[in-house]
Amino acid sequence: MPSPSIIHDSARFGLTIERLCRHLIEEHGDFANTCLIGIQTGGVQLAERLHQRLQQLGHPSLPYGKLDITFYRDDFRTAKGPLTPHETEIDFLVEDKRVILVDDVLYSGRTTVSALTALNHYGRPAQVELLVLVDRRFRRTLPIRADYRGISVDTLHDEYVEVQWQELDGADQILLKRS
Amino acid sequence: MATDQQLSVPHVLGIKYLEAADVELILDTAREFKEVINRPIKKVPSLRDITVANLFFENSTRTRISFELAEKRLSADTVNFSAASSSVKKGETLLDTVNNILAMKVDMVVMRHPAPGAHHFLASKIDASIINAGDGTHEHPTQALLDAYSMRDAVGGDLRGKRICIFGDIKHSRVALSNIFCLQKLGAKVRVCGPPTLIPKHIGSLGVEVSYNVDESLAWCDVANVLRIQLERQDTKFIPSLREYNRYFGLTRERVDRLEKPVVIMHPGPINRGVEIDTAVADSEHSIILEQVENGVAVRMAVLYLLAARRKTAAVKPA
Repeated sequence: MPSPSIIHDSARFGLTIERLCRHLIEEHGDFANTCLIGIQTGGVQLAERLHQRLQQLGHPSLPYGKLDITFYRDDFRTAKGPLTPHETEIDFLVEDKRVILVDDVLYSGRTTVSALTALNHYGRPAQVELLVLVDRRFRRTLPIRADYRGISVDTLHDEYVEVQWQELDGADQILLKRS
Repeated sequence: MATDQQLSVPHVLGIKYLEAADVELILDTAREFKEVINRPIKKVPSLRDITVANLFFENSTRTRISFELAEKRLSADTVNFSAASSSVKKGETLLDTVNNILAMKVDMVVMRHPAPGAHHFLASKIDASIINAGDGTHEHPTQALLDAYSMRDAVGGDLRGKRICIFGDIKHSRVALSNIFCLQKLGAKVRVCGPPTLIPKHIGSLGVEVSYNVDESLAWCDVANVLRIQLERQDTKFIPSLREYNRYFGLTRERVDRLEKPVVIMHPGPINRGVEIDTAVADSEHSIILEQVENGVAVRMAVLYLLAARRKTAAVKPA
């Protein structure tokens, strides 16, 4: 197997997080009716990073939750999807709120669709926006698009994008792997 | 990040046939389902392409409702069957009954049957995932799993080294056997306590302590799992009278009040109040009997979900 290539190193990674936070502030102002929800597991890492930085930028009371979509996947019996569930932690109502749904990589769009279904079980949001760190273009199988994207990458079918995190993997970086 | 795991078995026929990792996986998955059943909308679409037949050849209230609720919470289609109102009364065999139901394209079978081993017989004959909801006096695996889940919650998450005592009618209890296997797999110390007539002669060979002294056993244990006196299974007189049983082997208020430490009180139900346990004890602050019922739905959802995950969809079946 060829060694993975780094398509986004630690320095640029930090800049991307910063830009995404500034973009959110530009769109949501004081976040009065907004909440941030990370999709387990990669989306939660990203959402936590965004939440921390937004707090530093003067938005300490932005509600933040974690959403697990394992039980909502349409492929859990085809050995493609994850089987092991993670915690869902949404201790606020999403009813009539502007929800920023956060995921690390947008690929086929199926994870996002499952997350939208799961989110509806916590109320009816006024609006749902999608924020992703990596948008794998030209690989969508459903009509899903990101409202906020860190980077866009063009990949081949047998390639795999992996986001690594300082706290889990020892470095903030995005890798492109060939299977 | 947790790695994706699967059950090592295609059926849940008994705790004896599960690995310790299987038990841990079921209990960990149940924790996430408990969160699901406490949401405003208590339903997930995981099993929307699965049909489950609930076959009850013996009476059941709690287990049948619990399974049915678990199936509905997972969006499965369900077929309910009870022997009392079926063609079994006309002389149909178990295999014919089940094959007829399977011909209706059923994927999973939840069965309670009076004959120990009925589930093993079926598992060797049909292509469906089978869950044992009780077979005679043999096993009742999902009850043991929900008991273990409830105990873990009550004692702080880990049963290793914890002292669990099962009180009462061990001889006729499928719950006792499943509990013993389950708790031992989780590293707990297990003791059984009751009158000699209701404790099997060689139960010590399973690695459990045996005691006939309720007061001493209560003082020893962290959790007391009290079993029902099964009057319907007793064709011989095993105890002189219910009143005498209560006096010598029941968890009475006086006995529990004498304890110098709190003991978690459990009972799989239905309760014979005033026989194996006094009302004041069953309804006390240390009792988690109703939590057991709630946890039962979450644990059964986990079992159904994990077994369904092993069944490939038609789309990915090998040609």
